[in-house]
Amino acid sequence: MQSIAVYPVIAGDFSLAGDASGQIKRTLKRLGVDAATLRRISIGTYEAEINLVIHTVGGQIELLMDDTQVSIVVKDNGPGIPDIDKAMTEGWSTASDHARDMGFGAGMGLPNMARNADKFDIESQVGVGTTITMTFNI
Amino acid sequence: MTEYFHSVTLDKSRCKGCTTCLKRCPTEAIRIRDNRATILGERCIDCGECIRVCTHKAKVALTDPFESIFDYKYKIALPAPTLYAQFKGVHNSTPIIAALFALGFDDVFEVARGAEVVSYAVAEKMKTTDKPKPVISSACPAIMRLIRVNYPALIDNIIDMQSPMEVAAQLAREEAVKKTGYDPNDIGVFFITPCPAKMTAIKASLTQDKSNVDGAISMLDIYSAMAQKLKDPLPEHIIERASAVGVGWAVHGGEAAAVGVPKSLAVDGIHNVMRALEEIENGKFNDLDFFEGLACTGGCLGGPLVVENNFVAKNRMRKILDNSKPTVDKTEIFESAKERFKSQKEIEPNPVLQFEGTMSERLKKMEIMDQIASELPGIDCGSCGSPSCRTLAEDIVRGYANELNCIFKMRDRVQYLAEQMVILSESTRFHVNVTPTEDKQ
Repeated sequence: MQSIAVYPVIAGDFSLAGDASGQIKRTLKRLGVDAATLRRISIGTYEAEINLVIHTVGGQIELLMDDTQVSIVVKDNGPGIPDIDKAMTEGWSTASDHARDMGFGAGMGLPNMARNADKFDIESQVGVGTTITMTFNI
Repeated sequence: MTEYFHSVTLDKSRCKGCTTCLKRCPTEAIRIRDNRATILGERCIDCGECIRVCTHKAKVALTDPFESIFDYKYKIALPAPTLYAQFKGVHNSTPIIAALFALGFDDVFEVARGAEVVSYAVAEKMKTTDKPKPVISSACPAIMRLIRVNYPALIDNIIDMQSPMEVAAQLAREEAVKKTGYDPNDIGVFFITPCPAKMTAIKASLTQDKSNVDGAISMLDIYSAMAQKLKDPLPEHIIERASAVGVGWAVHGGEAAAVGVPKSLAVDGIHNVMRALEEIENGKFNDLDFFEGLACTGGCLGGPLVVENNFVAKNRMRKILDNSKPTVDKTEIFESAKERFKSQKEIEPNPVLQFEGTMSERLKKMEIMDQIASELPGIDCGSCGSPSCRTLAEDIVRGYANELNCIFKMRDRVQYLAEQMVILSESTRFHVNVTPTEDKQ
């Protein structure tokens, strides 16, 4: 797959939250990804970006693509998820009060990503970081 | 009629080639070429934002001349409710309707009555629709076109109903045929429009195979003749009248209120609507049922073809609403409206922003575009004629522009050429100086 772009995401910076997913969306529109798939990619990518801002020490989102698939690879540098099954449960959230005050942290992030992607992979190691790969067939 | 009919056009003689409209166009449909603006027809959505911002009045809307009504035996005016709020000291719609008769119309059918029918039908549809939420209103033609170009993923959300103008036109013609016995083709139905997008919606409808409206007359064009008529007392004409529910559509939020869905949101101003549509795409409105997006600030009262300041008009509209009957008189038309006035065709996406070719070719173009964009200054000055550095990169990839359209690239190039000239002249100086001396000897 061809790497199209890499967007760094800064922890705690809500002023920039949504920029990376917005740019990815614009790029995919230029590339002519069909509307229904684009919608799923947008939702998944936006959730991932917000997760990076709220829960991690920062990371990046990479957009990869070939003729048949779009991949969104979301990497962070920690803190890592101790119990992935629990984190994947709808409604489960470890978001701070601050994040919740801003309307985030409903515990729908990861389940929403998994629901929207055609293939969803998550690997995490506490103290190292998490990598999420969402793949979409186009 | 060409594939892309547009009401919004350019008066070349007035255009100075400045970058005001270039920067404000929501679909990046304007380029400056040869010191004049040009509109990319396939991208323009006729929102009229450029008409509003042009300081030289070079952007104009093509509408029908008032005289064209006399091509028909029986002439019907369809006043948009916005018209009622245009005249100082007029605080109810009765004299407005009288003035339209006085100008030569044989009948007047308030578009607000069409709005009442549409409100009812949309409310009914909302109870059973399987459309993705939020359901998006189809009332503003500029927003529908914006969605086709920029947000094709949201086309499915648009309610499959005709606009109040279309509904009003059909009902008006029907009534007139009954009343006069004329052939429907002898009846001319004219919308009095606050915006160019409605004109485009008539000439190139997204919901109808053919619009039921025969023409659109700009409020700017009809204003002074109406104001003249309004000076004197006018005979009152008894026609079926709209209620505040329908008239209220002129103000943003009026439609959502008329439809009566509790979880609704109204956003006005095209750049605001874009911010909202972005977030609908991102799935951030999962508790919203109905979205009313209007391209103009303040709704139709802020249209590019209105005379009165939109805030003054809004304040006046409050009184007009107070003076209108409060509730709708429901007729049998309402019950069948959901089926009868649904859109006649599907809205097709208009993916003009997309690169052409196979996916690998598009990916290649994207790569080249990113490369070019990274070498441009990134200050989005617009001097190249494209709205931003990124758009210039895109235009270069599409073959519409080249790198030297960028004045900074041009300056570097000129500087390089000047240096080359210096080098060249220095390397040839010996011969130039020597040869004449040798000649003398």
